[in-house]
Amino acid sequence: MTAEVNTRGSLRTRLALILTGGAAGLAVILFVVVRALSAQIAQQGQDNVLSASMSSILDSALVRDGRVSLDFPYSSLSMLTTDADDRVFYAIYEGEVLLSGYDDLTVPQGVTPDRSRFTTVAYKGEPVRLATGVRRLIGADGQRTVSVTIGQTQDALSNTLNAISRNVALLGIGFFVLATGLAVWAASFTSGQLRRLTTSVTRRGPQDLSPVSKPVPSEMVPLVGSLNTLMSRLDHTLTQSEDFIAEAAHRIRTPLATVRSHAEATLQRVDHAENRQALLSMVRAIDESSRAAGQLLDHAMVTFRAENLEKGEVDLEEVLRELVQRMSPIADMKDITLDLVAQDASVLHGDAILLQNAFRNLIDNALKYAPAETAVMIRVDGRKVTVCDGGPGFAMDEIHLLSGRFVRGKDTGHKVGSGLGLTIVQAVTTAHGGTMTLSNRPEGGACATVQF
Amino acid sequence: MHLSRVNLVEEAMKYLLVEDNPELANAVSSRLRLDGHSVDHARKIEDARAFVAAAEYDMILLDIMLPDGDGRTFLKHHRAANNDTPVIVLTARSQVSDRISMLDLGADDYVTKPFDHAELEARCRAVLRRKTGSAQSVKTLGEVEFDAVGGHLRVKGQPVELRNRELRLLELLINAPGQVFSKQKLVDRLFSYDDDVSENAIEVYIGRLRKHLEGSDVQIKTLRGLGYRLDHDG
Repeated sequence: MTAEVNTRGSLRTRLALILTGGAAGLAVILFVVVRALSAQIAQQGQDNVLSASMSSILDSALVRDGRVSLDFPYSSLSMLTTDADDRVFYAIYEGEVLLSGYDDLTVPQGVTPDRSRFTTVAYKGEPVRLATGVRRLIGADGQRTVSVTIGQTQDALSNTLNAISRNVALLGIGFFVLATGLAVWAASFTSGQLRRLTTSVTRRGPQDLSPVSKPVPSEMVPLVGSLNTLMSRLDHTLTQSEDFIAEAAHRIRTPLATVRSHAEATLQRVDHAENRQALLSMVRAIDESSRAAGQLLDHAMVTFRAENLEKGEVDLEEVLRELVQRMSPIADMKDITLDLVAQDASVLHGDAILLQNAFRNLIDNALKYAPAETAVMIRVDGRKVTVCDGGPGFAMDEIHLLSGRFVRGKDTGHKVGSGLGLTIVQAVTTAHGGTMTLSNRPEGGACATVQF
Repeated sequence: MHLSRVNLVEEAMKYLLVEDNPELANAVSSRLRLDGHSVDHARKIEDARAFVAAAEYDMILLDIMLPDGDGRTFLKHHRAANNDTPVIVLTARSQVSDRISMLDLGADDYVTKPFDHAELEARCRAVLRRKTGSAQSVKTLGEVEFDAVGGHLRVKGQPVELRNRELRLLELLINAPGQVFSKQKLVDRLFSYDDDVSENAIEVYIGRLRKHLEGSDVQIKTLRGLGYRLDHDG
């Protein structure tokens, strides 16, 4: 009865994807931000050194004999030495006149004495960081402007930056892997709660409609709440329809019983053949209808339970012994003996109510068709139950049809029956993974064998 | 009425019928009375309790759906009070599980409505035999001693084995010695309605009973065209 469920995505996958995606985004942002920050800090470092070098050169500028002279110490340039052997370029101008250095070094304009300038330019095919400072010198002949531009390639800087990037990338990947693991775990844990609830609902027997009482996380409370409401409504409806069926059966069967009892009592007093025939037909019709109703309900119950067996340990011998005891008053009425022979009877894992119903149908049939003063043999042999009677046996040409619904043998005469008995046996047997075989005994009589 | 009420006060069983449908109760009790039993009829659980408190019964026939409650409640109290009067439930349900629960509650047996009176009788007999054994219901006629519940027959002190139909036939005859039973009557009582039997089938059983009674002072007489009669040469 599993209905097709419309599925869209999986909560677990979705949750895992969102968390992993988030972690990936965060890892990328982490990488970008840390890299940018470290690039900025590294640049700051280079700028500071460049600025110091530039200032020390500017500081050494003085006007002597009407000329600008710069006598800067070696350390002014050596402080720029790096592990990567970065090259250093410089250009010193007095006004527009190059005093010393590379004339093709682009000097940025608009630099004032109180504000030096840092730019990055491409020089000789390489990015070069430039620091430019200006100083005004007051001489005897007036004011002169000296500008110093000092540049350095960025090999060391990019080496440092690459090293930092590598480390940050490793950190990012590590973070991502850890976060993904956490995401998968969180998703599994969350869906595990759902699965546990599902299992506890699925494991129930068909009759169990009690509310879910196991503790659940607060987010699942609304779901469990509505599940419980649904179940209590279902329980209510089922109880109501069970009550209805019981009430209906009572309302119908009680008057039928009244009519039958009266008809039977009248039969005792009436001698006229025609009247007797009418009364007999009446009694038979009542039996027919009540039996059909009973068998239909039994069949419905078997069909319902067959999909959801309420399994337990069923001792085949015990079930049959009980049935024999229960049915022997009816057998006695026809002087039929019910012989039960049990040999290593198995304990079956099955639905006791269904099995009992099936065996009752088999014995019922045997009693119905067996002639008076014969024996009905009931054999339990391991997991095999055989019921044989001393009646006329099955008609061989229709033996394969008899387990069909409402099919009755041709020579059943006046016997009251619904044609559902063997259908019920067949359904119960199949539900228990067994087979039913009908045959005739060589010495006469019908045999029904059920093998589990 | 052809079958007059039989005068068998000492053997009659005392039934309590708990059934709310007056028509059915009427039909069942008149049938039981016809067989010589006495019947008290309670329409609800309350009445049934009063009856049980006031008198001893041999058998209680209990309907399940009663106006003032469930017959099973009565059954539970009945058993809890250690009252071991046999109870046969008359149920309108046919669900197996329901039947099982009734047996668990202490019913001795059950019949499903509408029921065959012969089946009810057979079940009563089986329950009584199981519960009380026999002894208390022995009927003596001349050299014949008959215990209908236990199913024992002694002819001149010698035990005789009886089959169920022979037993029921003898019971009918011995409960009303001297009364004529038509073949039709006897067939009605001995065979169920879906047995296709002719009236002559009864002759077999009469023949067997005659054989059992041979040599005693009790005989079955054939009255041509009328039926049979049990006579005691006393």
